[in-house]
Amino acid sequence: MRTAAFVLVALGLAVLLVPPIFQLDQQLVDLRAAGLPPSPAHPLGTDEVGRDVLLRCVYGLRVSFLVGLVAALVSMVIGGTLGLAAGSAGGLVDRLLMRVVDGFSSLPHLLLGIFIVAMFAPSPVAVVVSVGITHWTSAARIVRSEVLSLRGRPFVEAAISGGASRSRVIYRHLLPHLVPHLLLAMVLMVPHAIWHETALSFLGLGLPPHLASLGNMINDGQRSLLAGNWWSSLAPGLFILAPTLAVSVLSQRWRDRLNPRMRSELAL
Amino acid sequence: MLRIVLWRLAFAVPLLLAVTAAMFALAANSPFDPVRQYLGDRAMVTSPEVVARIRAEWGLDRPLLEQYATWLGNLSSGQLGESHSFNRPVLDVILERLPWTLLATGCAIVLMLAGSLVVGTLAAWRKGSALDRIITGGALANESAPVFWLALAAIYVFAVTLRWLPAGGLTDAGSTTLDPLDVAAHMVLPVTVLAISQSSWLVLYVRESVIATLREDFVLGARSRGLRERTVVVRHALRAALLPFLTLLGARVPELVTGAILVETVFSWPGVASATVQAALSVDFPLLAVLTLLGTLAVVAGNLLADLAYRIADPRTAS
Repeated sequence: MRTAAFVLVALGLAVLLVPPIFQLDQQLVDLRAAGLPPSPAHPLGTDEVGRDVLLRCVYGLRVSFLVGLVAALVSMVIGGTLGLAAGSAGGLVDRLLMRVVDGFSSLPHLLLGIFIVAMFAPSPVAVVVSVGITHWTSAARIVRSEVLSLRGRPFVEAAISGGASRSRVIYRHLLPHLVPHLLLAMVLMVPHAIWHETALSFLGLGLPPHLASLGNMINDGQRSLLAGNWWSSLAPGLFILAPTLAVSVLSQRWRDRLNPRMRSELAL
Repeated sequence: MLRIVLWRLAFAVPLLLAVTAAMFALAANSPFDPVRQYLGDRAMVTSPEVVARIRAEWGLDRPLLEQYATWLGNLSSGQLGESHSFNRPVLDVILERLPWTLLATGCAIVLMLAGSLVVGTLAAWRKGSALDRIITGGALANESAPVFWLALAAIYVFAVTLRWLPAGGLTDAGSTTLDPLDVAAHMVLPVTVLAISQSSWLVLYVRESVIATLREDFVLGARSRGLRERTVVVRHALRAALLPFLTLLGARVPELVTGAILVETVFSWPGVASATVQAALSVDFPLLAVLTLLGTLAVVAGNLLADLAYRIADPRTAS
């Protein structure tokens, strides 16, 4: 638990602080230092044109994290809006929207993402759109069920019987209660969005090659893997694995703490 | 039983229609021009009249809805079009590659089921032990590792460093015939990586489920009758724990499709999933669209099979 939190904080600080403080050029090509194994000068070695892998990993995580964050935000906005609409409208609208959610969530996300990105030139916008469009369903489900439970609460009933308009009920009474749920769902969505971005970039369909994203780095590095250069493709993967694992450990602990059944078992 | 099949199929038709409509709308708004793509370098020297004639011949000057209807009609009558990235009819590409994908993913599913049942039950049986913690931690870490990264790591360890297994492809580079042993050797890494990457949730699920059933009265009864520990765990607890798992398995088909796309690409396995990536890289709409539909169909079929299996396994749900 502590390790997970520490990893997240350390990576967060590295991503925020390393670029402005050190001012090192991650694109610096040094052909004399090409393909060097890890050493004190280059802790994770250099890639096939002599760029420092550790430095590029930090920059790559920065790009991947930014794209993941925006994509998660987009999917939260789409999912939140549709979930709110379904939950507060009820009836036929609700059933229809939830059918759409069912259909969407049963499709293979990466396949749809590949299709969307393939039809447009590789760019951050295409990646964000493809991740956002394919990942909003969980947010829609969470928001809808929360709205349904809120609708039966006395303060909402009081507002409705007091003559509050539909939009006032939604904005003043429902939304403030939904925001924490949406934020939590978004935090859990970010690693997923990063994974999606990385997979697309790895396939050569994601971000343009000049952007050092983790997926692009793994894609570049796999060519020299057969020559025994493991660091330029496997090291960037650790920068995806570590934050994802940390978030999933933290969320697992959180769920265990909220689950009364687990708590009683621990007490036993 | 029949009603469920019909109901599921009734739900699948609008889903497939929606997918085709979405794909067509995306392609229609794409900046890539199919005529330019077809011409390639010749586009520079081809006169505008010729380009216009090709457009008219392909029906690209028609209204969008009419184009969509024509395309849908062609698809349903089995005319899948021509793939320009493989320079062959789409149907041929799929017929040639589908068996390889089915072979690899089929083996991976069997391996994943067998492996996770054993490992998950072991962890549940020795709950709280060091073994349990290693298994649970490993499953969590495995779930966080991207499957293509896992595949590259496997190539580095088993193909580059140890030289035990080939790094990719279907056969050795020089061979012209399909030798079953050679193909099997090339299958080991992709199948194992795909199986392992899909098994985390299953291991954790089996573990939780067996732990819960081990606490039930009938397990206590079996123990008090003096049955052997192995009989209690395998014959009583595991069997009861498996029921809900059939439906979950069907719901995992999308992840399986995703995994297959990445694993086939890394290992250059000549299946339909790696063809998806090649089609996408060269904006080959006819092939890509059919492959996307195929993926959607696999998901629908997976859900249907899971429903049916559940109903057969648990007679209580039949009524």
